[in-house]
Amino acid sequence: MCAVCGCGAEEVRIEGALAPVPAHPAAGHHHHHHLSHDAPPQPTRPIHFPGTDGGDRLVRIEQDILSKNQAFAEENRARLAGHGILALNLMSSPGAGKTTLLVKTIEALKGEAPIMVVEGDQESSNDAERIRATGAPAVQINTGRGCHLDAHMVGQAMTSLPLADRALLFIENIGNLVCPSGFDLGEGRKVVILSVTEGDDKPVKYPDMFAAADLLLVSKLDLLPHVDFDVAACVERARSVNPGLEVLTLSARSGEGMLAWLDWIRDAR
Amino acid sequence: MHELTIATSLVELACDHAARNGGGRVARVDIRLGVLCGIARSLYFCWGPASRGTLCQGANLHIEEVPLTVKCAHCDAVKTPRALHNFRCPDCGRPTPKVVTGREMQLAAIELADHRERLLA
Repeated sequence: MCAVCGCGAEEVRIEGALAPVPAHPAAGHHHHHHLSHDAPPQPTRPIHFPGTDGGDRLVRIEQDILSKNQAFAEENRARLAGHGILALNLMSSPGAGKTTLLVKTIEALKGEAPIMVVEGDQESSNDAERIRATGAPAVQINTGRGCHLDAHMVGQAMTSLPLADRALLFIENIGNLVCPSGFDLGEGRKVVILSVTEGDDKPVKYPDMFAAADLLLVSKLDLLPHVDFDVAACVERARSVNPGLEVLTLSARSGEGMLAWLDWIRDAR
Repeated sequence: MHELTIATSLVELACDHAARNGGGRVARVDIRLGVLCGIARSLYFCWGPASRGTLCQGANLHIEEVPLTVKCAHCDAVKTPRALHNFRCPDCGRPTPKVVTGREMQLAAIELADHRERLLA
């Protein structure tokens, strides 16, 4: 294992894949050069820079730091578009009810479209097993110490899924209201789920997530009578960071609001 | 944690460019970070470990922070909001979701160390 960041060949695992997936592909996705951990790369011969007199040399670059992730995301987006697949990136803090919502959503929609799931968690394949129990194919990505899914992991996971035309792909991101917001996975829409047990000020505490999302789902509505959560205040705060944000409220447990969510998915397709 | 991802992406990108430009050591890395990224401090912290053992080891990380500006459609002008994440026009109070600057995360330039240093090494 790498002593710098803890990554290693065994660190990112994609379970349910058809073939073993290298965590650090030769394509150079991962963000540092493992071969160079122990010894710095040695130049094979001195190189003369024409036009310089031996001073330091400035090279202008002007490139996005996450441009590699962006390239993988665009690749995923093109593959999905080729099949007419709608991919939704579901993000929330841990315990907001992403998997329960997903199970109920799959049960409601599985007669209408082929459904596939990519599950992201730091450890365990519990969620993928819950999804597979519905009959939908699911691939589990374990990121080890990673705090978010990136486009390369999702692209690798997609190679293990039967990408059927006009299918629905749900990507359940790592439970985290911060980091996943910064990484484009190639999805069609980003959905942030906030449960009423979490507090209605989360949109201003974690504004990047709510600014990045297309849809806010306020979940666990059945618990609203028991908590001090002001739905209207939450929506107002969310729209202060993202005026165009769509909002739906629901409870996967009671079924309240589920029809509007299902219709939103149908419209997005 | 994702600051480390960004730091290692930055190291990889800078090393790629150094390799393409002669393979020498990098003396300085200039980046541009929008204030909305909010990671400048932790990026400095991650820079050392992320660059260890690469062409960027020992390079100075120079961060230019880019302020937040938004486009107010009503005033038809670029404005500076009163606070981060307060996406309202400071003059007319209307929502201004269009961020003009403040989300940048770019590698601007690298400075390659004197090649004679490598001849002497």
